[in-house]
Amino acid sequence: MEGVDHLAHERSKAQFDVDQMKVVWVGSRHALQVSDRIARLVASDPVLRKDDRTMMTRKELFKNTLRKAAHGWKRINELRLSEEEASWFRHYVDQPAYTDLHWGMFVPFIKGSGTEEQQKKWLPLAYKMQIIGCYAQTELGHGSNVQGLETTATFDPKTDEFVLNSPTLTSSKWWPGGLGKAATHAVAFARLITDGKDHGVNGFIVQLRNLDDHLPLPGITVGDIGMKFGNGAYNSMDNGVLRFDNVRIPRDQMLMRVAQVTREGKYVQSNVPRQLLYGTMVFVRQTIVADASTALSRAVCIATRYSAVRRQFGSENGGVETQVIDYKTQQSRLFPLLASAYAFRFVGEWLKWLYTDVTQKLQANDFSTLPEAHACTAGLKSLTTSATADAIEECRKLCGGHGYLSNSGLPELFAVYVPACTYEGDNIVLLLQVARFLMKTVSQLPSGKKPVGTTSYMGRAEHLIQCRCNVQKVEDWLKPSVILEAFEARAIRMSIACAQDLSKFSNQEEGFAELSSNLAEAAVAHCQLIVVSKFIEKLQQDIPGKGVKEQLQNLCNIYALYIIHKHLGDFLSTGSITAKQASLANDQLRSLYSKLRPNAIALVDAFNYTDHYLGSVLGRYDGDVYPNLYAEAWKDPLNESVVPDGYREYIQPLLKNQLRNARL
Amino acid sequence: MDGSDHLAHERSKAQFDVEKMKIVWAGSLYAFQVSNRIARLVAGDPAFRKENRAVLSRRELFKNTLRKAAHAWKRITELGLSEEEASWLRFYVDELSYAYVHWGMFVPAIKGSGTEDQQNKWLPLATNMQIIGTYAQTELGHGSNVRGLETTASFDPKTDEFIIHSPTLTSSKWWPGGLGKIATHAVVYARLITDGQDHGVHGFIVQLRSLDDHLPLPGITVGDIGMKFGSGAFNSIDNGFVRFDHVHIPRNQMLMRVSQVTREGKYVHSNVPRQLVYGAMVYVRQIIVVDASIALSRAVCIAARYSAVRRQFGSENHEISGTRVETQVIDYKTQQSRLFPLLASAYAFRFIGEWLKWLYTDLTQKLEANDFSTLPEAHACTAGLKSLTTSAAADGIEECRKLCGGHGYLTSSGLPELYAVFVPACTYEGDNIVLLLQVARFLMKTISKLPSGRNYKLSGATAYMGHMEHYLIKYSCNVQKAEDWLKPNTILEAFEARAIRMCFACAQNLTKFADQSEGFSELSTDLVEAAIAHCQLIVVSKFIKKLRQNIEGNGVKQQLETLCYIYALHLIHKNSGDFLSTGCLNPKQASLANDQLRSLYAKVRPNVIALVDAFNYSDHFLGSVLGCYDGNVYPRLYEEACKDPLNDSVVADGYGEYIQPLLNQQLLNARL
Repeated sequence: MEGVDHLAHERSKAQFDVDQMKVVWVGSRHALQVSDRIARLVASDPVLRKDDRTMMTRKELFKNTLRKAAHGWKRINELRLSEEEASWFRHYVDQPAYTDLHWGMFVPFIKGSGTEEQQKKWLPLAYKMQIIGCYAQTELGHGSNVQGLETTATFDPKTDEFVLNSPTLTSSKWWPGGLGKAATHAVAFARLITDGKDHGVNGFIVQLRNLDDHLPLPGITVGDIGMKFGNGAYNSMDNGVLRFDNVRIPRDQMLMRVAQVTREGKYVQSNVPRQLLYGTMVFVRQTIVADASTALSRAVCIATRYSAVRRQFGSENGGVETQVIDYKTQQSRLFPLLASAYAFRFVGEWLKWLYTDVTQKLQANDFSTLPEAHACTAGLKSLTTSATADAIEECRKLCGGHGYLSNSGLPELFAVYVPACTYEGDNIVLLLQVARFLMKTVSQLPSGKKPVGTTSYMGRAEHLIQCRCNVQKVEDWLKPSVILEAFEARAIRMSIACAQDLSKFSNQEEGFAELSSNLAEAAVAHCQLIVVSKFIEKLQQDIPGKGVKEQLQNLCNIYALYIIHKHLGDFLSTGSITAKQASLANDQLRSLYSKLRPNAIALVDAFNYTDHYLGSVLGRYDGDVYPNLYAEAWKDPLNESVVPDGYREYIQPLLKNQLRNARL
Repeated sequence: MDGSDHLAHERSKAQFDVEKMKIVWAGSLYAFQVSNRIARLVAGDPAFRKENRAVLSRRELFKNTLRKAAHAWKRITELGLSEEEASWLRFYVDELSYAYVHWGMFVPAIKGSGTEDQQNKWLPLATNMQIIGTYAQTELGHGSNVRGLETTASFDPKTDEFIIHSPTLTSSKWWPGGLGKIATHAVVYARLITDGQDHGVHGFIVQLRSLDDHLPLPGITVGDIGMKFGSGAFNSIDNGFVRFDHVHIPRNQMLMRVSQVTREGKYVHSNVPRQLVYGAMVYVRQIIVVDASIALSRAVCIAARYSAVRRQFGSENHEISGTRVETQVIDYKTQQSRLFPLLASAYAFRFIGEWLKWLYTDLTQKLEANDFSTLPEAHACTAGLKSLTTSAAADGIEECRKLCGGHGYLTSSGLPELYAVFVPACTYEGDNIVLLLQVARFLMKTISKLPSGRNYKLSGATAYMGHMEHYLIKYSCNVQKAEDWLKPNTILEAFEARAIRMCFACAQNLTKFADQSEGFSELSTDLVEAAIAHCQLIVVSKFIKKLRQNIEGNGVKQQLETLCYIYALHLIHKNSGDFLSTGCLNPKQASLANDQLRSLYAKVRPNVIALVDAFNYSDHFLGSVLGCYDGNVYPRLYEEACKDPLNDSVVADGYGEYIQPLLNQQLLNARL
């Protein structure tokens, strides 16, 4: 292509230092340098190209994934990449593979739940990839309710072994990534049974396949669960099914950090507190929040660039058509998503800090902040993944018809992202957990127990119940304290209303079930407040770079006022703001959009995504969309021949009215 | 499979006559019988099986689609099916092919825009499928703005021909279905130019491929535009591009019903009114609304049945014959509050589609009698309802997928493909936001003419605006207890008040701008919201109107009433910001609506499986392991998994090259 930057004019309009913003986005100068270097390394490696992915058959795609994973591991070793670099490398390869589960679930779980001895035995094997691990928890008939799992691990004192069984069809392990075709080992979760007694669900290391010929071991039935949503996407992963028929494993392959089975078959708890397991959950979900901001920012980057390239209507006066990004309807759908990408980035950063903080406290046997941290992470996982999934799809629609083409990158981005709403805790189930925590917090208010962390605003319940928003003119909506108080008032009033309605039920559980929709809404209000407040907190830090902070302030205000507009019913029905104030917020939002407009392209450039990683013809950095769309079209397999396969059998006889005698 | 009905208990709980409801859903006993017969015909024909669709490569999928289309045409002619039956057959084949565009766009375009002569020449060829047609309007750089199209058709008086030409890359025709590989002919939209003068966009019949060997004719570059969203879905159809390099066609291949070019190259209008073209638009969009109700109802059927099969948590309190079982997911209020409004929406959209069909017939009769008075309102109404129903159905399908938990993500659930195949309806035949702005423009015009009252008839769905004064000044909602929300008039008034107040507020804000079009674009977001309020009112009011008819069958009407209230009250809850900020409701009333909604969910709960059974979808058409009629989900899921190509061999293809050397630490020397 010609090498002209079709978006140069847009870039020249930016009112801030894009390079400094890149540092803010990725978290530090060091992180920017590392990620940038590895991104280029991956982008320039022909083995790792991915533009042909959606045209492959399942088998080709899977084999291609195995190839990339092997190649990736080879490069990581050849170049002696650090753990940090290796994880960036896998990130930029951008194709779900068994390695995601090996590094993201199998290894952390052995670290978190294995005894020191177990770690010494298994971790070196896993680190060198002499074994490949997966994480087998969910079953065909059992997802969110881990306590409902059916797989059994029965201790046999005669042989000092556990015997694993899948007693029913619905107990088949179902979904684990890497299980179907690649993994040699699994952490499998099963009901521990000793001497006829059920001790609930525990984790076990189980070898699945022979290390010589990769065949499943005796008693193990294993396979892939079939095609999933979209082209490419998670079809590169062998999500699998697994059934145990009297599979025996040595006793020391039960993960025994928290509870053990002795040689005699006694079940005993160790002195390691169970709460440590929640620490792992906080860790995993915090990564998911960071992933949400990444996925959302990719979609926003594509939609923003193409909205600046694409023109439509407005040529009545003879000139060129108007850039789509200049339409208010486009801005009011796109810009809040851009703001959300930044908001989720910062809340993810904060969660990372929270995880470190919780870990330190847990190690000092301080469990006081754990319930709050757990609720907060669960809620933010739910909020950010739901918003991101919807937003990716909205970005696709914002690209008009061409967003529907695979080469826009958006269909695959959506398909590969959306399971995040379901895995690691279904989003609705998580909100109900948050709601439960909120109700407990509210119920303890009269006792004078001080709410901690993200619930500390509830300590000011008395004030927040009666305070009045004092916005009188449009500019008042730019004050962080005003915004914060409106969100706090709405959240606490919704929580308290729920608590009052609950008290009308004689049976608390029944009340909770009956009011669960309202409770989920109250939980959302609480989580949105957290995102807004952490964004505002971020802005109180020192942020270097010309104009950088101003842009972030603008984005923060857009995020908050857009949420107010979207959830207006909440704010009005709780009397947190008035109808007049709502209308002023809306007016302010419109001017914020205008303020953002000249900076939009630079704000997505700050994500620093290569064209390889973005994987979108519409989102190309240079904006040279149409010639590339045309060139891509020719690559479709259907264009390999002028007259299509099947013409002679199915089209010609039809046109010649000879179908009656044709064998079809 | 064990052959027993795992949902029998659910079905036994129904409080109404399902067979009668099937007739209400289908529209008439006759429609029910025809569709039911053809559905069975298709489901029983092994050539039409579709469960393997997602694993096929693009080429295999496409070839398979050609086979199905040919087979369908063969069966249609063999059985001597009527036009109505044939269209049901194509519908139940449920795989997009050139045939849909041929029958749905090409033939109607010639009927609507061709002269009698042209129809006599082309329609017999098309209806015998001696030619295959497509509809080539959108271009690579031009979608919604038809006036911006770049393709030219210049009249050459020397040869009495038009020269069709693509002057730029962005003028390449792009998207037409069937164009890429199959169509022999197209109705091509191009700027008509005579004697250097541009007369705007007109339609032309252009032959694309030789009828002997299917090769593109000279000057024509044509191909497929590539893979689209999802597996299966629209990848079975060859959406295409075409570029014209000075392609000559005879003058009589311009569609000349409304305007002509004479032998001398003069551009003249016929006495056929231009407005007729809008009639065709109303027709197409009305069909899309019906499609929305069908797509949504399929998704709801799957999600409802699987929610009754699936159990989760709560095993503390539940026992069946002595063993603890978990709670059916459908019994959770969070599930109900997401699923039941979608069930209600499916019915609501069904009835609004039915009404639009009537509207179209009514409009056609008026147009033929040269009465154009109701056209603007009918046009705005259809545009708005297309936008509203397709957006809601697309979101609803994806929500149904999520309501199925993890398994909804498997292609065997049918939901990923259902979503991928439906969602373009939000974009084609008018982008949904662009359409809402058209509605808003019409509403603003209506309001601006209100004070004078003269020369402007408040017709059809805007009639309520005649009560502007009442709603702006006197109206206040009189709901005091939850039961008050079960009065149709109360609901209707609240929706009317909200729509009027939002429209009026927009109109007032507009007057603050010196430049009207600047104001319109600045306030476009508010205008869109006002348009949605208007369209939701139409859906609610037509549902209520439907209930005032005589509806047969034990309990049928009661169920529909419950669904109607659920639809209306869930909208009030979802858009409570509108209702509260316009002062149509107070917070107390909004909260009562929410309370009422919860009891309505409890009321509809025992009837839910029967209400989705009433759609009368065969397992073949539904195409979902999770939604199968007998509810025997898990053995089927397991069976389907075994069919994946990855399970053809125990050890995966690629193990020797990429896994073994890795495990054996021999990667460094490997050639990958």
